[in-house]
Amino acid sequence: MDRKFDTKVQYLKYQVLREVVRLAYKDRLLEEASTIPKRIVPGKVPTMRCCVFKERAILQERVRMASGGTSANPNIIEVIDIACDECPVGGFEVTNACRGCIAHRCEQACRKGAITFDQHQKAHIDKNKCVECGMCAKVCPYNAIMNFRRPCEQACMIKAISMNEDKVALIDESKCVRCGACVYMCPFGAIVDKSYILNVIDILRKAEKDPEVHVYAVVAPSISGQFSYAKLGQVIAGIMKCGFFQVVEAALGADMVAYKESAELVEKGFLLSSCCPAFVDFVHKEFPTMVQHISHNLSPQATIAQYIKKTDPKCKIVFIGPCTAKKMEVQLEEVKPYVDAAMTFEELQALFDGLDIDITTLPEEPLDNASYYGRIFARSGGLTDAVREGIKEHGLEFDFKPIACNGLAECRKALLLASRGKLPNNFIEGMACLGGCIGGAGCLTHGDKIASNIDKYGKEALEQTISGAVSQYLSKDYPVKENTEIPPSGAPFVPHAPTPEASSSPAAPSAQPVPTPPAAAPAPPAAASAPAPEPKAQPAP
Amino acid sequence: MVKITVCLGSSCHLKGSRQVVQDLQYLIGHHNLKDKIDLSGIFCMGQCQKGVCVTVDGELHSVKPETTQTFFDEVIMPRVS
Repeated sequence: MDRKFDTKVQYLKYQVLREVVRLAYKDRLLEEASTIPKRIVPGKVPTMRCCVFKERAILQERVRMASGGTSANPNIIEVIDIACDECPVGGFEVTNACRGCIAHRCEQACRKGAITFDQHQKAHIDKNKCVECGMCAKVCPYNAIMNFRRPCEQACMIKAISMNEDKVALIDESKCVRCGACVYMCPFGAIVDKSYILNVIDILRKAEKDPEVHVYAVVAPSISGQFSYAKLGQVIAGIMKCGFFQVVEAALGADMVAYKESAELVEKGFLLSSCCPAFVDFVHKEFPTMVQHISHNLSPQATIAQYIKKTDPKCKIVFIGPCTAKKMEVQLEEVKPYVDAAMTFEELQALFDGLDIDITTLPEEPLDNASYYGRIFARSGGLTDAVREGIKEHGLEFDFKPIACNGLAECRKALLLASRGKLPNNFIEGMACLGGCIGGAGCLTHGDKIASNIDKYGKEALEQTISGAVSQYLSKDYPVKENTEIPPSGAPFVPHAPTPEASSSPAAPSAQPVPTPPAAAPAPPAAASAPAPEPKAQPAP
Repeated sequence: MVKITVCLGSSCHLKGSRQVVQDLQYLIGHHNLKDKIDLSGIFCMGQCQKGVCVTVDGELHSVKPETTQTFFDEVIMPRVS
């Protein structure tokens, strides 16, 4: 077992990906893909299944999924039929807590006559008669009857998973939003997200031969809690060592989104966030009448990719994040022109190791594009904080009543109320994964500490305001292009922003321009003589 | 039209690219040169050690927040006047 992952299922998937990467770089994948299973399960003693042959057959399927899967199935998440253990844990069962009482409330409650008793008066449920109504469980004074559900079905908060006639897990395509919760939860690794790592390798290798093509990695802010065995700067160095030209924070796209979305909210009065592709897909599939309220902004990764493509039209862009739904998002017509491929942190780890890059030995490379607010998008509630800040920095008056929905179950509840006009809120932050992006299925590790890691990472950003982060982007969407009223700093540059607590002036360039008329007669202050205050953040909420 | 491109990559950002951009924007506005100068950004020029990297019609210059004024006077002004 490797220290890098939460579970052995993830490790298994990683081993396959790593072998695929190795062979792809040797141009031997086509010929030698069939040798991968035996490399991973070499002996005669099975360690996972009934026999090594089944293990290898399943691994062959994993190789197929690691190489892009079948295009016949449009879903980026697939069930590997032979890997599904057809979990017997189905429905209501009597546990050891049954004391064989006299009352037999369970028997009275069951309308199907499914409950019988043995010679110790302990209850048993006849599975042929039981209809899973749950009445027996409700009335048992000892809570001795429990509902055992399949981990995949339990993980799927929108009930898109059932089973087919062979009891193999079945994904309902009309409901599935590609969040990947089942992928992470299945104890047998029978549900897998397709990997497009071969496309990424192809992009990188083509760019290697053509110096005019730069490949940019757009990394999600949740990266800060990943790769815990190395420093973030070393992860960035590792990404560049793989052949990427530059690494840019998706969080900068989040700043841009927060900047525009806060203005959009004030204009429209009611808004659903558009950042999480699984949430957006969920609204389309389950609440079509609410689609009109989804923010018109592209997601953060697409927004920053759009900007990068503008500055460097020949470039290729790969998103690296915690998200399986992003693999679906990059196939959408409106995102396709900007992002060329999406991969997960799991796949990045496989790319590092497939190329034998030990990131712990690398010197750190900087990563600093976004603000505190862009970075905290990675956790539930962060987007809401950012939109609140955006409204403030725009100087707008608005009675902001947000609801941050943590996970699809909460999203469904809020949308249900909103679709009936009964939601007291005017902004829905929808995050499909529990905890936000840090709970994404493509994360190497999930844990309690990761949310506080994100806030810490946010505070390390040089920019502590949204307008500070977006102001240098010379596009009509951002404020500074027209704003020529900021005098040159002349001040020696302070290399790192102080902690938010220590700062005072909220002066963001857009919000409070220093009132120097652009055509003022005297020359601008000479260097070092009139230092302008560095815009600093308000304390983070 | 003079094309000025400022690097906005992480390394240059940490060296003060935002300040350089803002100062240039101010100076361009101050001298009424909006029609003569096209200011844009790019992520990384592959010359991180020289940051903040600024190209003027493709020619690389190394600028710091405190030298922006001098850079503008000595490199930009002769090209537009």
